[in-house]
Amino acid sequence: MNRSWRQLQLVALIIAVGLPVLAQEARVGNLTGHAEAGKKLYRRYCVGCHGPTGDGNGENAPWIDPKPRDFVGATFKCRSTPTGTLPTDQDLYNAITRGFYNSNMPHWDALPEQNRVDLVAFIKTFSPRWKAEKAGDPISIPAEPPVTIQSINHGAELFQKMECWKCHGQQGRGDGPSAATLTDSKDQPIRPYDFAAATDDSRFKCGASNQDVYRIFMTGVDGTPMPSFADVIQPNDAWDLVHFLRTLQTHRKSKENEVLKSSGGKVSSPAADKSSGSGN
Amino acid sequence: MHGQFGGSVRKLGAALPGSLVYFLVLILSFVVSSSQPSQAIPAFARKYGLPCSACHIGWPILNVFGQQFRDNGYQLGNDRDSPIYQNPAYWPITFRVTPQWHLESQNKVLVDQTGAEQTVTTTGFDLSGLDIWTAGTLYKNISFSVLPSMGEGDTFHFENAWVRFDNLFKTPWMNLKFGKFELDMLLSEKRFLTLSNVGGLWYNYQFLPPGDINGFGGIGDNQLGVELSGHSKNSYARYSIALLSSVDGNPGLTSGGQAGTARTYDVFANVNEGFQVKGLGVQRVGLFGYVGQSPTFFLTQTVGGVTTPLEAQGNKSFSRVGAYGWWFIKNLDIETLYMHGQDNVFLGNAVAANDPASLPAGAAGPTWNGGFVEAHYTVNPQFILTGRYELVHMSRQANTALQATPNLGNVDSFTVGYRWYPIMFSRGGLAFHNEYAQAKTGNTSLLTGSDQTSRSVMIGFDFDY
Repeated sequence: MNRSWRQLQLVALIIAVGLPVLAQEARVGNLTGHAEAGKKLYRRYCVGCHGPTGDGNGENAPWIDPKPRDFVGATFKCRSTPTGTLPTDQDLYNAITRGFYNSNMPHWDALPEQNRVDLVAFIKTFSPRWKAEKAGDPISIPAEPPVTIQSINHGAELFQKMECWKCHGQQGRGDGPSAATLTDSKDQPIRPYDFAAATDDSRFKCGASNQDVYRIFMTGVDGTPMPSFADVIQPNDAWDLVHFLRTLQTHRKSKENEVLKSSGGKVSSPAADKSSGSGN
Repeated sequence: MHGQFGGSVRKLGAALPGSLVYFLVLILSFVVSSSQPSQAIPAFARKYGLPCSACHIGWPILNVFGQQFRDNGYQLGNDRDSPIYQNPAYWPITFRVTPQWHLESQNKVLVDQTGAEQTVTTTGFDLSGLDIWTAGTLYKNISFSVLPSMGEGDTFHFENAWVRFDNLFKTPWMNLKFGKFELDMLLSEKRFLTLSNVGGLWYNYQFLPPGDINGFGGIGDNQLGVELSGHSKNSYARYSIALLSSVDGNPGLTSGGQAGTARTYDVFANVNEGFQVKGLGVQRVGLFGYVGQSPTFFLTQTVGGVTTPLEAQGNKSFSRVGAYGWWFIKNLDIETLYMHGQDNVFLGNAVAANDPASLPAGAAGPTWNGGFVEAHYTVNPQFILTGRYELVHMSRQANTALQATPNLGNVDSFTVGYRWYPIMFSRGGLAFHNEYAQAKTGNTSLLTGSDQTSRSVMIGFDFDY
């Protein structure tokens, strides 16, 4: 009798521990991810950095910079949703697939799609936020206007007016006067994005297209000093800023750099002229 | 604080001692549900901070992510790839050795003392050879590997040594490797799970008919040459083509076992494609072919009574072609291979090409067919079961006399085993390895021409750091 009771306790405990995990799902396209399957995959691929409890304190975490994401905190940089909200399953799936070039997080595009969706489902078991809140609604991104020299010049004005240069530097090299003092929400030093560093878009953390850059303005990069500008900037202005920022990628072949080159190769914003070269 | 991986089970085990049932639960839980991550080539794990289970189904077998990593020139595609980003103390080197106990047995062995055939058995504690492997990147998109290896009491030899220029023209479809390297067989004999004397090779990859003088040791041997290869971004589609010296990977222009004589080249090509089957995993199919030449005699020079081979002559052709598949059904994966081999009539009959009159009656180029089915069941990243059945059967013997024993040289083998990775953290790897293997070779006993059976039992600790 006593033995049976203990066996019953064992079964009950296993169910109690396992049930919340089993319940979580994720949906990406026509795929449904299951946390139970994701748990095995997480153990295989992710636990070394993100840790068994998902708090970003895996055994390799002390030697990694930037630090692994803390899934318990559920603060995610790359989202399609407004600042402060949870990302969509698609956002998490995209992050797993794309990886982060300037971190230890590789791109996991070799994994079958189902595996990646299962991982998303399991990642969502780590934080109670996923039970208390729904993911935010993705922001709408209007169609991109044509790239013109006027758009680029206006973007340069906004770059000054909104004081982007204070962090990113006048040439977009991530060396503005505030750059050295920045920390993330975990008090870890963090460096602003260096637009001039790469010859391609691989270093962009949250996607490389113009739409992705636009999205970052509007959603912000949660957990970092990069705020959302959704309440202070109009969509057309945001697109102008995107066009200007592309010209800071001086080694990158782009429509924006072609337009700038055909217009004399120099931004004619008065503010930009005034402060050009002074942000280093 | 325990995570979601087994900590609760261990607590239960501690709370309920004294019961055999719970003791078994505890043991089983440790094996099946242990919370610790798996481990891989530690040099790479140290570099990237990933558990080796990220790259390996159970090390050393690569999974899809590991295959992509390897195809990218040991790069993950981020800015950790270039060594300039590594801590200066990082040293990309791995040691691997396997202390073991093993038993080797063969029946129908002709013994001098009795003049009869009997079973011979040896057993004891032993060591494997030692691999000292350094590999990684010299710079972004320039990768390398150097693997000095030695057996007990041997001198070192270079198992591989190559440099590879990755992503030429900014496309993963163009990579150039130069040096001594493993042929690009997706089913890799260098990264499989069996280690015993009998089970530690794929016979198809090493097969030669009895009496054949082909200097080519098989597609399992690393070769010297240059390889052009490419792959899709996720490495599901892959190709490679290699131009190789006809030296079976031996340095010093060694052809037909004679140094300084080589002057011909071989070609190897491989193409494979992976595709997802929903809910099952990535399935792969592929084709490969090796066409080469091997000498049948040498130009020589005799000075002071010492004859030195100078140049390989009478080079004759051989080929190995085949197809393979790698099938995944969740935690079960099954490797299948078919291979056809043929050697030129002069190679098969050990006759110099300039002496055709010496060919025996009914001389023909020997041909054979073979294949294997190998399955792995991954209980979890720390525990994997394996089993294999393999055969190589002659379809045409080299001459009429040999045709009287059509099974001569045939191989039928099977291997079963498991590997348990008991301690797993991100700086080293240890596997408890247990294996039984058996192989029957056709008509090879010296006295009676009977089939012979070899058996291996192996228990060891396979570790690398």
